[in-house]
Formats: sequence, structure tokens, C-alpha cells
Amino acid sequence: MKALILVGGYGTRLRPLTLSCAKPLVEFGNKPMLLHQLEALVEAGAKTIVLAVSYRAEQMEQEMRKVEEKLGVKIIISLESEPLGTAGPLALASEHLTQDSEPFFVLNSDIICDFPFKQMVQFHKHHGKEGTIVVTKVDEPSKYGVVVYDAENGRIQRFVEKPQEYVSNKINAGMYILSPSVLKRIPLKPTSIEKEVFPFMAQDGDLYAMELQGFWMDVGQPKDFLTGMCLYLTSLREKSPDMLHSGEGIVGNVLVDPSAKIGHNCRIGPNVTIGPDVVIEDGACIKRCTILKGARIRSHSWLESCIIGWKCHVGRWVRMENVSVLGEDVTVKDELYINGGRILPHKSIGDSIPEPQIVM
Amino acid sequence: MESVWKIENITPRVRAEYLVQVDLSGIAVEQWCDDSDIKSACPDCKQRIHRVRFPAATFYILLVTVAFIEKAEKVWTRFRPLSLELPKPLFPVAGLPIIYHHIEACSKVPGMREVILIGFYQPNDALTKFINSVQNEFKIQVRYLQEYTALGTAGGIYHFRDQILAGNPDVFFVMNSDVCGDFPLKEMLSFHVQKGGGSHCTVLGTEATRQQSLNYGCIAENKDTHEILHYVEKPETYISSTINCGVYLFSPEIFKTLERIFKKNLEEKYSLDTTSPSKEIIRLEQDIFVPLAGSGKLFVFHSNRFWSQIKSSGAAIYANRHYLAIYRDTHPDRLAKNGEGLPSVVGDVFIHPTAEVHPTAVLGPNVSIGKHAVVGEGARVRESIVLEGATLQDHSCVLYSVIGWNATIGAWTRVEGTPNDPNPNKPFAKVEVKSTFTNDGKLNPSITVIGSNVQVPCEVVILNSIVLPDKSLSGSYKNQIIL
Ligand SMILES: Nc1nc2c(ncn2[C@@H]2O[C@H](COP(=O)(O)OP(=O)(O)OP(=O)(O)O)[C@@H](O)[C@H]2O)c(=O)[nH]1
Ligand SMILES: Nc1nc2c(ncn2[C@@H]2O[C@H](COP(=O)(O)OP(=O)(O)OP(=O)(O)O)[C@@H](O)[C@H]2O)c(=O)[nH]1
Ligand SMILES: [Mg+2]
Ligand SMILES: [Mg+2]
Repeated sequence: MKALILVGGYGTRLRPLTLSCAKPLVEFGNKPMLLHQLEALVEAGAKTIVLAVSYRAEQMEQEMRKVEEKLGVKIIISLESEPLGTAGPLALASEHLTQDSEPFFVLNSDIICDFPFKQMVQFHKHHGKEGTIVVTKVDEPSKYGVVVYDAENGRIQRFVEKPQEYVSNKINAGMYILSPSVLKRIPLKPTSIEKEVFPFMAQDGDLYAMELQGFWMDVGQPKDFLTGMCLYLTSLREKSPDMLHSGEGIVGNVLVDPSAKIGHNCRIGPNVTIGPDVVIEDGACIKRCTILKGARIRSHSWLESCIIGWKCHVGRWVRMENVSVLGEDVTVKDELYINGGRILPHKSIGDSIPEPQIVM
Repeated sequence: MESVWKIENITPRVRAEYLVQVDLSGIAVEQWCDDSDIKSACPDCKQRIHRVRFPAATFYILLVTVAFIEKAEKVWTRFRPLSLELPKPLFPVAGLPIIYHHIEACSKVPGMREVILIGFYQPNDALTKFINSVQNEFKIQVRYLQEYTALGTAGGIYHFRDQILAGNPDVFFVMNSDVCGDFPLKEMLSFHVQKGGGSHCTVLGTEATRQQSLNYGCIAENKDTHEILHYVEKPETYISSTINCGVYLFSPEIFKTLERIFKKNLEEKYSLDTTSPSKEIIRLEQDIFVPLAGSGKLFVFHSNRFWSQIKSSGAAIYANRHYLAIYRDTHPDRLAKNGEGLPSVVGDVFIHPTAEVHPTAVLGPNVSIGKHAVVGEGARVRESIVLEGATLQDHSCVLYSVIGWNATIGAWTRVEGTPNDPNPNKPFAKVEVKSTFTNDGKLNPSITVIGSNVQVPCEVVILNSIVLPDKSLSGSYKNQIIL
């Protein structure tokens, strides 16, 4: 089995984190997003994985050499000289995808779920047509492009962008399995798979939808990143509860790297991820947050719904909330209030941010 | 549902009518029709005098406060008068009631015999206790005389003339209760005495900025003799940057002028309308100083020591800081020190001996913690006044706020206000007397005031807000008055 993962986007919506690190390498649940997908692919039997890269290729390459060995999989970096969108990269990598006539997976790099790769293969083989896309149910379909398909067999009729009237509550989950013949439909130029390929496949009756069971989230922006983290930790609780932390002051689902240190009289959780080398000092309260590697949260601070970037330093009696995101190596001085602040890397914050704001 | 009064919803006209005045006593929120209205239809006021006597002389200090209680009730009954049990002059600043600082300053004047407080409210427990304790401490007689109605800033002095003149004092001080400062009373006295028999009154004056002077009584003087040549209360245009500090030294001759004005007022204000303001009202500034100016009987004594009005909670925080700084010289024992097993203290901090402050708490600069207050583990307090019986639970953070009597602040909660300090870059700038609302009807960011008995839950943030007494909050609030 082969797979191609689209990792070439700029990840602008996940800034300021993506100013320091390519989005697929940002740790989600203490593991680079991409690794969640790679592991699941390997588990499902993939032997060759193509990463469609358009920038930050060196960083990606370095990381991938380590992963290749660890997972025992062949990782090919397919580098675009210009961003080719979500379909163009398939054309560019076609030599790797057409070595046999087996179908291959295509994945967005910023989605998180129980990856249903084995089911996808079965489903795809069962209908025998060119493509299968995984769809997932959402509460507010009017915010997305929805997929209208035949409930009986899954054949897709059409796509409707941001429907005003209800037509469907299923959206594209960013995971596909495609037969090599699809490549004939894709030119080697910037092309959108969602807008310029799938609608035609649907017209031809060649595209099927498989509904995803279980949780799913596009974690490409901070708010969804945190929501996705909650879902992910909940699923860990079911599947591998041993990975979750317990002990003094830990509430609910909390993931803590063994190298992190947590002080006394803290209250951590529910839904917190604490990365390697993080230090949480005495008396801190943290809920629904991701704290990335090497950050320090000082005493008596209170954090809710925040992403704290690598090596950040949050002072004492700081209150941070409302999807505040600190880029790499940000310092927040003592006693400040940060409400929905997005802080660019290497900044030192000396004044409160009482209303959501970006600090350059 | 919290009944939050959303200021935005109120039309400008209504806003003018329902101006909300938030000051210390409410921790008191009072309400009135409109500014001019209040001034004329003078409602319930309160006033007190301190009187001090020494062999040759007796000085009186008049401390006065006004609380427009009836008015508030009439305008909007839902808006209960919130001037609590504690009269505003007893509001503690730097750990001690505002007028304690006045009385202490008086006690340092040699020969001070008696302090008379003239006020308008029913004497209550708090006042009686206060009077007893200062009598004991300073060994001078302290009395409270109650006006039968609001008599204005000089009406009470005239009304109680026999009490004030008993024992034939040579001079007496009169002090407004809503000012604070490092009062140079001894110096005023020497200045007054030196001016000789002709002088009826010496007014303590200080410098203000040109623009801010318009909010005060303005004094034009003869620079050589310091005689006041012209006096205007809150002028519309600039007169002088020397302003009236609300601290006066009178010779008994002043009663002749008071009597003349009193009689004139009675005649002029003759009317059958019983609801009209009392005919016995005398306004010290307009009725007395204005005519006396230029007659050789009114002088100004200048001081550039710390002085401020205390009309808002912002000013109370400012006054707190200055009184604490004065303790460094006058009462170092009142300032908390760092040490083994003691809470960490940054800068000037007053902790009442009966307060329980956890050793891991960090206080200061400029913090006063009242009687029996409890400050939990790892709590942080800066630039704030925590009143008697209040509890700050573990890890809470209180900045630029007043925490009312017996209020509770939950763990990890943040209570924060915006300082209302004078512009440090302008010489002589005073605390800005900001209106509660901006022109577009928003609450002006100010000190956060948590009313008495208010329960603030854990882990919330209360920012630039005023929470009226006895509320149990259920979440975070920003820039709101919570009724
Ligand atoms: N190789 C390649 N991948 C792309 C390109 N554009 C987007 N992607 C990937 O396609 C997936 C879906 O894209 P988006 O969800 O828009 O993410 P993004 O473009 O990285 O991020 P935003 O800037 O926030 O939109 C992500 O995994 C991207 O990395 C591209 O031009 N080339
Ligand atoms: N006893 C008594 N005191 C009064 C009365 N009116 C005012 N005062 C006090 O006199 C002092 C000065 O009061 P005001 O003249 O109202 O205040 P101000 O300093 O001029 O400032 P504004 O409130 O802006 O006019 C304060 O301490 C008041 O409490 C009164 O009718 N009776
Ligand atoms: Mg994009
Ligand atoms: Mg006045």
C-alpha cells in the first residue's frame, strides 16, 4: 500500500505556531500531527509514503529520516517548486503512485481521527470505482462544503459549498483512497482536488463516500486544535488509558510527557497535554490547554483554552484564556491577563491583553 | 440570571437622568437626576467637626460628607442606597479610617483640645466605636453633632456655633472629610497667627494644573501678602492654578460673617414651599469666601505636600499609597516587614494584626489588608484595599481593586481594575474626576470595587467592574456595573 500526504500548505491559520514549525510537525497530543497519520498508515500496512512538500523541505526531510527508521517505512519527499494545491502534488508524484495498479491513500496532514484505513480499502474494493472519500458528520453544515450522496451505496451525487438550505450534514474529512486512473484527471499545475477534481469524478459516478465512525477534527486552527485535543484525549481514555496521567491534582484526561515536572497544589485538567521538559510550578491551574516542549508555567497562574508554544515562559499569577496562542519562546510577565492573544515568536509581553488581539 | 444593567442600552436622555454615582460609600452607588439638580436640591448630607483645645486656643475640625440617600431612593427605588452601615469618612485608607488621618494630624497641633464631627447621618455603632477609640488613642475629646438637614458646607458650623465657641477657642480648624493629605496644620497655624487679628480665615491651597483647577475652588492671591483677592468655586474658565484644599483655619470673627449671610439667606429664600432646600444652608465657598475675598480677611497658605480629594475608589487607592508612604517616616511600625514565616511584602503594605495572611502570599506594593481578612495560599495583592472580614482564596490575584467587607474571592480568580492615578508627567496633576460613563455610554475603566458580602466564584476574572453588595456572581465580568 502507498499513501500521499499533503504537507505543503503554509498553515497560516495555525500561526503563530506555524511561524516556527511546519504545521504537520506541530505536536498534537505530544506527537507531531503527521506522525499520527504515519503510524496509522504503517499499522494499516502502508510500505511507501509520499510527502508532498512545498516549503520547509529541509525541516521535514530531517524529521522524516528519523521516522523512516523508527517505523520501518519508505518515505519519499516530493518537493514542489511552486505550491500545487491539493491535487497538483498527486500529478507531480505520479511516478511513485503508479508503480502498481493498487489504489493509494491521500491525506490532509492536519486532521485527527481514528484513521479507518483498512475499512477504506475494503469499501473502495467493494464499489470498484475510481475514488472513495471519507466523510464525517458535522453539527453546522452551513459552514462547510457538504457532500450529497446515496445513502444506500455511498455514491456521491454532488458537492454543495456552504449550503443555505439543508442538503446534507456530511463533509469531506480530508482522507481519500484513489485508484491510479484518477491521475489522468489531474494536470501538473496548481489544482484543487476538492473543487477541480472531485466534482467531475462525482458527475461520472466514479466517487463514493464512506462515513467515518468516531471522532474527527480538522486541527488546522487553534480553536479546533484544542477541541480536537479534547476528542483525542477522550479516545485515548477508551483505547489506551495507561497513556494518561493520574496523581495529585490531575483532573480528567491529561497527557503528560514523562520528562515534564509538575509542582504541588496544582490543578491540571481536564483535557490538558503537557509536552517534554515542561515545568509547571506550584499552584498553577491548567484546563483545556496544550503546553509544548520546554515551556514553563510559573506559580499560581491560571490557563484555560490556550496553546503555549515551545520554550515559552508564563509568569506568576498570569491568567490566560479564550484560545490564546503563544508562539515559540514568548515570555509573559507576572500578573498579566491575556484574553485571546496571539503572540508572535520571541516576544516578551509586559502588558495585559484584555481583548483578543494579535501581538507582532 | 444576573441583573446586569447594560449601560449601552440606555439612551442619552435617560442616562442624564439616571446618572450613577459610584463612590466609596457604595462601594456605594448612588443615583441622581442630574448634577445641577443635586447641587440645588441638597439632599441628606452628613457632616462632622473635630474640635481641639489647648490652653490658649481651641481648634475645630469640620469634617463633612454628603450622601444623597433620599434622592437616590426617590429616583429609583430598585437602586437601594448602598452607603452601607459605614459612613464614607470611616472608609479605611492605609488601614485606618479616612478621618482618623485628619484627627491624627490635628492631635499633633499643640494645644488642640477637642474634635467635633459635624455630619448628617444618624450616629451608628461604627461611628460611636470610632469616636471612642480615637478619644482613647489621642486623649482628646471627640464629639459628633448631627445636622437636622443638610446645611451645606458652612451651615453646620453656624448652626453649632455655641458648641464650637464653648471654652472661647482662639482659632479652629475646619477640614473636609473627603480630602486626604500630609496636612501642614502647625505651619498653617503659625501663618494664621502671624497674619494677626484681622484675618478671619486661612485656606490651605495647593497647585493644580491649569485644566484641572477648573474642578476646584480657585484662588487668586496677592503673591506678597498671600491675601486672597478673588475666589471662584469651580470656574468655567481659568482663574488661577492655586486651589482650595478643603482645609481651613478660622478665627471666631468668622461667625459675624456667617450670621450676616445666614440672615440674608433667610430673607432671600423666603418661600412657603416646604420641599425647597433648607433656608439655613450656607455654602462656605460661594456664600462666604467669594464676598470675603479682597477684604483683607482671607488668606491662603500654600502647601505642595501630598494632597488629594477622595471622591472615587480610584482616589482611595491613590490616597492609600500616599498614606502608606507617609508611614515610612511617621509610623514604620504600621508597615509589614518581610521575614521567616511571614508573607512576602513588596513596598509599602499594611496588614491588620488580626488578618490571617498565608506565608506564601505576596502583597504589595501599596496594599492594605483589614481586620480579620483572610489571604490564602499563594494569593497576590497589589495596589488594593482589602476590607474587614474579606477572604481571598488560594492563588487569587487582586490588582487595583477594593474588596468590600466580608466579600469572598474564589481560588484562582483575578480581580483587576484600572488605576486612576494623576498623570505623572504633569506637575501638580491631581486624580482625574472621571465620570462613571464615557460619552458614548460605556463604563469608564476604573478601580474594580467588590461590594460587601459579594461572593466571587473560583477561576473567574472581574475586570474594571463594580459589583454591588450581597451579589453572588456566577461568572466573569468586564467593564460592567453588576447590580
Ligand atoms: N503539497 C501541498 N500541500 C498543500 C498545498 N496547499 C495545501 N496543502 C495541504 O493540504 C491540506 C489542506 O490544506 P489547508 O487545510 O488549507 O491547510 P494549509 O493550507 O496548510 O493551512 P492554511 O494556510 O491555514 O489554509 C494541508 O495538509 C496542507 O498542508 C500545496 O500547495 N501543496
Ligand atoms: N455636614 C455637611 N457637610 C457637607 C454638606 N455639604 C457638603 N459637605 C461636606 O463638605 C465637603 C465639601 O463638599 P462639597 O462642596 O460637596 O464637595 P467639593 O469638594 O466642593 O466637590 P463637589 O462634590 O464636586 O462639589 C465634603 O467633605 C462634604 O462631605 C452638608 O450639607 N453638611
Ligand atoms: Mg489553505
Ligand atoms: Mg464644594
